[in-house]
Amino acid sequence: MRSKGGQRAPWSLKLAAVAVLLFLHLPLLLIIVYAFTTEDKSYQWPPPGLTLKWFSVAWHRADIWQAISLSLQVAVASTAIALLLGTLAAAAIYRSRFFGRETISLIIILPIALPGIITGIALRSAFNIAEIPFSYWTIVLGHATFCVVVVYNNVIARFRRTSANLVEASLDLGADGLQTFRYVVLPNIATALLAGGMLAFALSFDEVIVTTFTAGQQTTLPIWMLTELVRPRQRPVTNVVAVFVIAVTFIPILLAYYLTRDTVHVGGANK
Amino acid sequence: MMLTPWGLKLINSAPLDQLWPRIRRSLSDRLFKQRTLLLLILLGPPLMWLGIVYLGSLFALLAQSLFYIDEFSGMVVHEFSLRTLRELFTATNVDIVARTVTMAGAVTVFAAVVAFPLAYYMARYSGPRVKALFYLAVMLPLWSSYLVRVYAWKLILAHEGIIRWTFEHLGMARVLDSILAIPVLGGPSLSVSYIGMFLVFLYIWLPFMILPIQASIERVPTSLLDASADLGAHPAQTFRRVILPLVFPGIVAGSIFTFSLTLGDYIIPGIIGSSRLFIGQAVYLHQGTAGNIPLAAAFSIVPIVIMAAYLTLARRLGAFDAL
Repeated sequence: MRSKGGQRAPWSLKLAAVAVLLFLHLPLLLIIVYAFTTEDKSYQWPPPGLTLKWFSVAWHRADIWQAISLSLQVAVASTAIALLLGTLAAAAIYRSRFFGRETISLIIILPIALPGIITGIALRSAFNIAEIPFSYWTIVLGHATFCVVVVYNNVIARFRRTSANLVEASLDLGADGLQTFRYVVLPNIATALLAGGMLAFALSFDEVIVTTFTAGQQTTLPIWMLTELVRPRQRPVTNVVAVFVIAVTFIPILLAYYLTRDTVHVGGANK
Repeated sequence: MMLTPWGLKLINSAPLDQLWPRIRRSLSDRLFKQRTLLLLILLGPPLMWLGIVYLGSLFALLAQSLFYIDEFSGMVVHEFSLRTLRELFTATNVDIVARTVTMAGAVTVFAAVVAFPLAYYMARYSGPRVKALFYLAVMLPLWSSYLVRVYAWKLILAHEGIIRWTFEHLGMARVLDSILAIPVLGGPSLSVSYIGMFLVFLYIWLPFMILPIQASIERVPTSLLDASADLGAHPAQTFRRVILPLVFPGIVAGSIFTFSLTLGDYIIPGIIGSSRLFIGQAVYLHQGTAGNIPLAAAFSIVPIVIMAAYLTLARRLGAFDAL
């Protein structure tokens, strides 16, 4: 078999590729079907009947709305912090060579490279030692820590493709630092920031492992889901919320993809 | 310096709002010349956050593994001792570590096997449009909600769920039962068996394996494959002797993710599978209900040490160039 550009794939390879794609996507489709089931005591397949009832039940549940609202607030704040810190770090690291540069990029990646549970209990025990009570801000602190890397990855990839001469030209032409940032740097990295921000948002909106340790008694949407997973109360309502989460996370991911299409391999290659 | 009337006029009439841009300009010039200062300003905030808050918490936690719990009072004794670390080597705890590492290893090997065909198809046989679609099809599950995807498998693996239904409708319920009857791996239902847990892990981390393999297959020059075929190699030989060695760093790169993510997970083993503990669950239980932070800290060291060893090995195998 010679595989030249235009040659057709052997059918066995095609079949295997399609099978893997189905494996990746059927479970998500299945949840959507389950959101319409009339069965609420078990996970019976196929659904005995279909209904829209659970959407309205979920709509009227105050606890779900509170969880969504908390998750959104946390995601907004952590994304904002991550955008600031990630961009600063990327700007510092991308062109300069200095002692400890490798160490710093390792520190930025570490919160994601280490298992979430370690980050989680490390922060929790630090809060205990410092006697910081759990609050909205302790959740944000945890989330921002691992969101920085996503922004950093996107922005540094963009910096590497942007000519550094632009900045020097701008300064030579008499612009000051702020003006250069506003009119030269920012337009260049805007889409990378947007993409990184959206991925950070999706990451924060979905995070559960670190959150269980930094949330105290508060319930974010993933924590709500986790409680339902461990002790199911109203199964179809959970299905509806799951469908909602799929929809909410797909949108920023698709947008982030289209914003960084041309840098596809750096965009989110490193979750 | 002599001031010309023109210069004098400029200074005298300079209003306050022109002073500010000048200050900014001179500051910018200073910063541009003094790279170190600029670097410190840029690095300051992220380093304060990650270096002090995050690393500080991390070291504070790991240091606690050197304390121990007083057996009678149940209180943490803040004295230097190796007894907590030694406790890791009791039979139960070694079992936990071995179980977790075995699962992580199995997930990694199977993820590579399952990912390969899709990665190969993406890299070799799809045009730019199809490739973009495939790429998106892999990225979407990777980035979409972890919990929702675990939840989907709770539905799938349930006794009344779609897998058993499918087996029954194909008249193969016996096959499923005999799979579940396998000692250790099986169980009363898929959702409380190691097989079920394995499937969930495989599903959740698979995208992390597909992308690096696909990237490294793309880097294999087609001319090498043609040469191998021209020299009379069977496709299977070409695969084993040419493709596999060249793609191996990519597989190792993907395995870093699948291995480390499985190693530290505590939610999947808690929801799917038997009640036997995994490392993540042990950390969770010891810090939570048991209040034994020193032992939880000691357990946290285990995945860090294993991953450090794994990464060293991966670096030797050239995986970092394939990331």
